[in-house]
Amino acid sequence: MKKDFRTPLARVGGLGSAKSGTGHFWWQRMTAVANVPLVIAFVVILVSLFGRNQAAVQQILGTPLVAVIMLLFIGSITYHMRLGMQIVIEDYVHGEIARPFLIMTNTFFTIAVALAAAYAILKLSFGV
Amino acid sequence: MAEAKVRERPLSPHLQIYRWPLPMAMSIAHRVTGVALYFGTVFIVWWLLAVGSGPGGYARFTSFINSWFGRLILFGYTWALIHHMLGGIRHLIWDTGRGFEPNEREWLALATAVGSVSLTLLLWIVGYFVFGGAR
Repeated sequence: MKKDFRTPLARVGGLGSAKSGTGHFWWQRMTAVANVPLVIAFVVILVSLFGRNQAAVQQILGTPLVAVIMLLFIGSITYHMRLGMQIVIEDYVHGEIARPFLIMTNTFFTIAVALAAAYAILKLSFGV
Repeated sequence: MAEAKVRERPLSPHLQIYRWPLPMAMSIAHRVTGVALYFGTVFIVWWLLAVGSGPGGYARFTSFINSWFGRLILFGYTWALIHHMLGGIRHLIWDTGRGFEPNEREWLALATAVGSVSLTLLLWIVGYFVFGGAR
């Protein structure tokens, strides 16, 4: 008897029944590695801006290097936290409605945070 | 025939019976700091939008962040960020298959705890005295 009912294409694809394979795991690690230098850079920016007035903060955050670092930081952490919170929800929430509802809400929240932050950073750079 | 006696058997101890091993505490702290950082991003967004909204909007943000509660959040956020980062580096070390020996696990957990607190304090001391002050 045939042991494996998967098609050869499915087997070689290695994506499993959820069709995403190790994507979640891999992106969690990828963003985690990216987060290390970006978090250090963010904390340095944050601490050095602490106590400065609005004009100085606006000017520093609007410089190209700082703005690009901040955009990379926001992009990487929001994707990372979407993946992380999804795991937390899947661990503790088992309701038929509650689970997909919270997983969707998680995606909405993280995208909203990412876009709001990116909008604010770009606004500072372009001075609209 | 001997009667079937119900003997008092020891129940298997549950979570609250054991002394908390440090790696377990650090594992829980990793998840708790992750969830806290998740919601803490709202303050980053507020900060960035407040800077762009001009001196008035920024004054509202700074009056909040300079209150004791705001400073607690700011300090707590940086600690959580560094703790989660060090905990994450620990996980990346484990991903390579290293660091699973009992003494290595203890050492890594201790390094996460001590490292996050001392790095955060160092950061704020350096930040406050080198960069800080009202300008």
